[in-house]
Amino acid sequence: MAETCAVVGIGQTKYSATRGDVSIPGLLREAASRALEDAGCGWTDIDAVVIGKAPDMFEGVVMPELYLADALGAVGKPMMRVHTAGSVGGSTALVAASLVQAGIHRRVLTVAFEKQSESEAMWALSRPLPFAPPTLAGAGGYFAPLIRAYIRRSNAPDHVGIMVGVKDRENALRNPYAHLHIEDISFEMVAESAMLWDPIRYLETCPSSDGACAMVVADEAAGDRSPHPPAWIHGTAMRSEPTMFAGRDAVNPRAGRDCVADLYRQGGITDPRRQIDMAEIYVPFSWYEPMWMENLGFAADGEGWKMTDDGSTSFQGDLPINPSGGVLSSNPIGASGMIRFAEAALQVRGQAGEHQVDGARLALGHAYGGGSQFFAMWLVGAEKP
Amino acid sequence: MRDVAVVSFAQLPNVRSEDKRNEVEMLMPVISEAIEGSGIPRKEIGFTVSGSCDYLVGAPFSFVTGLDAVGAWPPIQESHVEMDGAWALYEAWVRLQHGDLDSALVYSFGKSSLGPLRDIMVLQLDPYCVAPLWPDSISVAALQARAWLESGHEESEMAEVAARSRRDAKANPMAQLSEERDPATLLEEPYLVSPLRRHDCPPLSDGAAAMILAAGDLAREVCERPAWISGLDHRIEAHGLGVRDLTTSPSTALAGRHAGGTDVEVAELHAPFTHQEPILREALELGPQVTVNPSGGALAANAMMVAGLTRIGEAARRIIDGSATRSLGHATSGPCLQQNLVCVMEAR
Repeated sequence: MAETCAVVGIGQTKYSATRGDVSIPGLLREAASRALEDAGCGWTDIDAVVIGKAPDMFEGVVMPELYLADALGAVGKPMMRVHTAGSVGGSTALVAASLVQAGIHRRVLTVAFEKQSESEAMWALSRPLPFAPPTLAGAGGYFAPLIRAYIRRSNAPDHVGIMVGVKDRENALRNPYAHLHIEDISFEMVAESAMLWDPIRYLETCPSSDGACAMVVADEAAGDRSPHPPAWIHGTAMRSEPTMFAGRDAVNPRAGRDCVADLYRQGGITDPRRQIDMAEIYVPFSWYEPMWMENLGFAADGEGWKMTDDGSTSFQGDLPINPSGGVLSSNPIGASGMIRFAEAALQVRGQAGEHQVDGARLALGHAYGGGSQFFAMWLVGAEKP
Repeated sequence: MRDVAVVSFAQLPNVRSEDKRNEVEMLMPVISEAIEGSGIPRKEIGFTVSGSCDYLVGAPFSFVTGLDAVGAWPPIQESHVEMDGAWALYEAWVRLQHGDLDSALVYSFGKSSLGPLRDIMVLQLDPYCVAPLWPDSISVAALQARAWLESGHEESEMAEVAARSRRDAKANPMAQLSEERDPATLLEEPYLVSPLRRHDCPPLSDGAAAMILAAGDLAREVCERPAWISGLDHRIEAHGLGVRDLTTSPSTALAGRHAGGTDVEVAELHAPFTHQEPILREALELGPQVTVNPSGGALAANAMMVAGLTRIGEAARRIIDGSATRSLGHATSGPCLQQNLVCVMEAR
């Protein structure tokens, strides 16, 4: 079976709308250098480099792993570039882990990034759909009808989406790397913000960010010797399904349910709500928090919104969701999935600083992409599996 | 390492412009052929991974619809690299090493006909200092050819590679360019970008390919002569053309050493430009006894993102059909052979 492996180093950039102070390689090196420093190793200790990002059109560089080879110390090493739509940051971490799990490498550096200020991501995301008039404007245009379907199915009250928008921005105030630091965030501010794609308001939407996130994934021996506590990987899973076909449930997709079932089987999880201490999940629009609570098995179908409503997912709740502020507070698209994976690892390492969840021993990192069709997840723990 | 083999490979005939079918319609027959050729039921394939490039299609997420050709329902374990399909093969091989899955589908697609490829590939270069100068892909290859010639070679060596490749391609029904030409007459033609003549350059091709990998007993069960992967490695070099010795390919040499690329009978080298074949031959220390590019290579068909995987597929085919016992497939990526992958296969 797969070799035991761990996250031994994590590095993030400060996320912001425009990182005009650094070039693309400068942005990646900022995250990668911090991850190496955290892991207590140098560039030469790295056996291979795996990078990930969303479409090349966001920066206008075709297959940027070629250009970035020098900046990431990859010369003379294997280097790969993953692209699986919005889930890519998670998938990239999984490919890096896979190299160690396969017993091929001891230490792999993985970096995911986006420098969205180089282009206009909203239009790059307005992909024409077959047999449909080109009326989409950004990812919100795609996901709003799915959210409306969720609200109809579950009879969730309107204020739940607003609560998520408030909660994640409050969480972001405890995370120095977060893009959005809205000091006076309030229910009224979110409720009164402009309606962009009904029912998604402006402050229920993720920002457009520049940023990079990096991790060093290492084998068991390197994990045992790491200078800071490692986050041991207890399970990894990915699932995909086609964008559309008759009968597909795009609101509560089977690919997500199958993916998490695989993950829980690997991690020996039978009661996720009780056994898992916290989760960093991909919530680009506020309503995706309750939707994913159901898809991930934390709540019964139709009940996910109650977890938000009763405060269970808040920083003080019994299952804190996105204490980092989540995608709603920082969204360098290609990195957003990896940030979820890295933040879950930070929590079980006890290194999340002001947004540390007390007693976090087992955490879930989650990413999704495409038309809610690509899923990547991992389960990390303070103890060895 | 766990024993993993190529048990099936399929490709579309390469054409200048596949204007009747979109990418999904191109992939459907080729994926079905590879799966049916393997004898493994589609629903039992453990892992799926593909390689493609959004900039060829001119749209983001071009691989997403590719999934429609796979039959990904119930949901599958699937991944994608924005690289040649050869690197998708690498990811699949790594995944099969975990031991819990026994088979994988690897595929890639590329339509060079959809845009001005020479210009599109400029966007692969350093975006701050090189791309703004707009050196197109043939001009960049010409810089390497010039450096190679000045290191003590003749243009006639390049013409011989072109003539041999296009002659061998006559036996390959999937090839796009095949002809019988005398190398001496090729040298009478004008330069396209000095010192490259038209025959030194690859054709613009549309194509797709799919491959099935199987591990251990499953491979033996479904294939009479599996092409066992005895070594697989890839390495990258610096990007800046000015910091590399363009007359050699150290990343190929390194990958070849790690993959154990010695004593092969056949080598399929991904050398889109004629001068790159001898550079790769030297890096891999292939002697005159090694048959190089019997398919005609990338000089006969060069669908972007597909041509590398196809080299490995062609090298595997020689093992599977019994015409060789040990073969090598090579793939390249980036300007002037910046990144290289070597896959060594053998009969057992």
